[in-house]
Amino acid sequence: MANQYSEVIANGLWKNNPALVQILGLCPLLAVTGTVVNALGLGLATTLVLVGSNTSVSLIRNLVPPTVRLPAFVMIIASFVTCAELLMQAFTYELYQILGIFIPLIVTNCSILGRADAFAAKNPVIPSALDGLMMGLGFSIVLILLGTMREIIGQGTLFSGMELLFGASASSWKMVLFQDYPNFLFAVLPPGAFFGLGLLIAAKNIIDSSIKNREKRAVVAKVATGSKRVRTTGSIS
Amino acid sequence: MTLLRITSPHTQGAQRTANVMRTVILATLPGLGVITYFFGWGTFINVIWCSICAVAFESLVLGLRHQPVGFFLKDYSALVTAVLLGLSLPPLAPWWVSLVAIGFAIVVAKHLYGGMGYNPFNPAMVGFALVLVSFPLEMTTNWATPSPLLQDPLTFTQTLSTIFGTPSVAVDAYTMATPLDVYKHEISHNTAVVVTAKPVFGNFVALGWEWVNAAFLLSGVFLIWKRIFTWHTPVSMLVALTVMSIVFGWDADRYTPPLLHLYAGATMLGAFFIATDPVTSAVSNRGKLFYGAGIGILVYIIRTWGSYPDAIAFSVLLMNFAAPFIDFYTQPRAYGHAKAGRSESEG
Repeated sequence: MANQYSEVIANGLWKNNPALVQILGLCPLLAVTGTVVNALGLGLATTLVLVGSNTSVSLIRNLVPPTVRLPAFVMIIASFVTCAELLMQAFTYELYQILGIFIPLIVTNCSILGRADAFAAKNPVIPSALDGLMMGLGFSIVLILLGTMREIIGQGTLFSGMELLFGASASSWKMVLFQDYPNFLFAVLPPGAFFGLGLLIAAKNIIDSSIKNREKRAVVAKVATGSKRVRTTGSIS
Repeated sequence: MTLLRITSPHTQGAQRTANVMRTVILATLPGLGVITYFFGWGTFINVIWCSICAVAFESLVLGLRHQPVGFFLKDYSALVTAVLLGLSLPPLAPWWVSLVAIGFAIVVAKHLYGGMGYNPFNPAMVGFALVLVSFPLEMTTNWATPSPLLQDPLTFTQTLSTIFGTPSVAVDAYTMATPLDVYKHEISHNTAVVVTAKPVFGNFVALGWEWVNAAFLLSGVFLIWKRIFTWHTPVSMLVALTVMSIVFGWDADRYTPPLLHLYAGATMLGAFFIATDPVTSAVSNRGKLFYGAGIGILVYIIRTWGSYPDAIAFSVLLMNFAAPFIDFYTQPRAYGHAKAGRSESEG
């Protein structure tokens, strides 16, 4: 059982990361990652929806006939998105206004419907909730990384506008990394997001291949002590 | 007697990459000289600075890619990119603008796409477009005033200090809008006679720019004569631009006249040095005609109805996108094969 959970965690955060491997949910990913706070806000909302929808779908998985499952799932997701939208309106109104259309658009994020259909509809409640949480976290981490990159390169600041999410005391979190930084508009505009995401995917692939290489080398080097050399003649095909 | 089996091609041209690239660099020198004469040392410093950065970036990336650094540096392709970029940038652009542009050109536009010969887009123009989009202020306000209009032009050291950090003089006094920009904005509320009386247009077409473009035109013709590239791309581009500006802009009181289109801005540099890049342009001669004409038409469209006064970079990049498509439809017929779309029996 514990093995299954660690598998779910590894899938969500790394192996099957919604943004880096499945390349799903690109629309919000590319549109709102101009700053860390935007990325964090959208990441939180998406995670909330994912956990909620995965849990509910898993609860009703034996009651819904397969033929109408997708409309039912979409209705559930839409309800949770509405919840997230209302929550953001209530507590972080300015951020809600900045993120604008991308909050209601979470309902069309393919990774949410994908997880509902591919995982939650086939698994019990607790693994499904965990899967939702991990997929959401994996998505949020990529969002925040991209937001960090674009904010540093685009504006030369970090954590600007955090007061929108964490209250007035957070306005002092803003770090100005470079004085008199001329805004690098390419990173602020959508092309920079495509570019940044491409670099992140490349970085993940490099890490994966170096891990694989190391494993391969470890297998080759593993020779039990005391084993004898074998001489072969002729050709090995 | 031993018969060696050698596959085609059986002849080898003398046009090694390094020779071609070196000739292109040499051919830009008259233009660079004229620019330096009319617009001061800025472009000269840009070219040198871009070249230094280009060699550094090229060595760095080649090292990272485990490729022979010396072998690829010796083909001069990075230097050509650097020279073309340096010629395109505003003469008084700050050093970091050139650094970002050449870095993006070499690292991203060239090497991330596979290096020499694999880049779908002209690296110099990618770098230029990047900084034009990213730093609109620095890229539009740093065009040098022609020296004949200045009381005392910037000296070499003054230009150097303007580009690298602390300007010793107010830069604004040494910059002004380019002729294409001035014409486009003034013609909406003036007649052609009033506009062209402004000092920036000089006596002929555009003060300084006419000689810069003439120099690049001459060098371009020289390169065609040396068979570095064929006439198709530049001629079709210039013809398309001329036709467009005659058809739509015959009324000089409303639109930029044809001569200004041809002899101001980066027209000749674009036609002979940028559009003719063998890697990113169409391949066949017929394809090059379409490719060049596309650039010419786009240049006119963007200059006239777009928000940028000059448009070589964007037009070339857009046609780079279209080059594979053009190649697909303009494949020359191989000897002994039927024309495309015709069956074997007919041919």
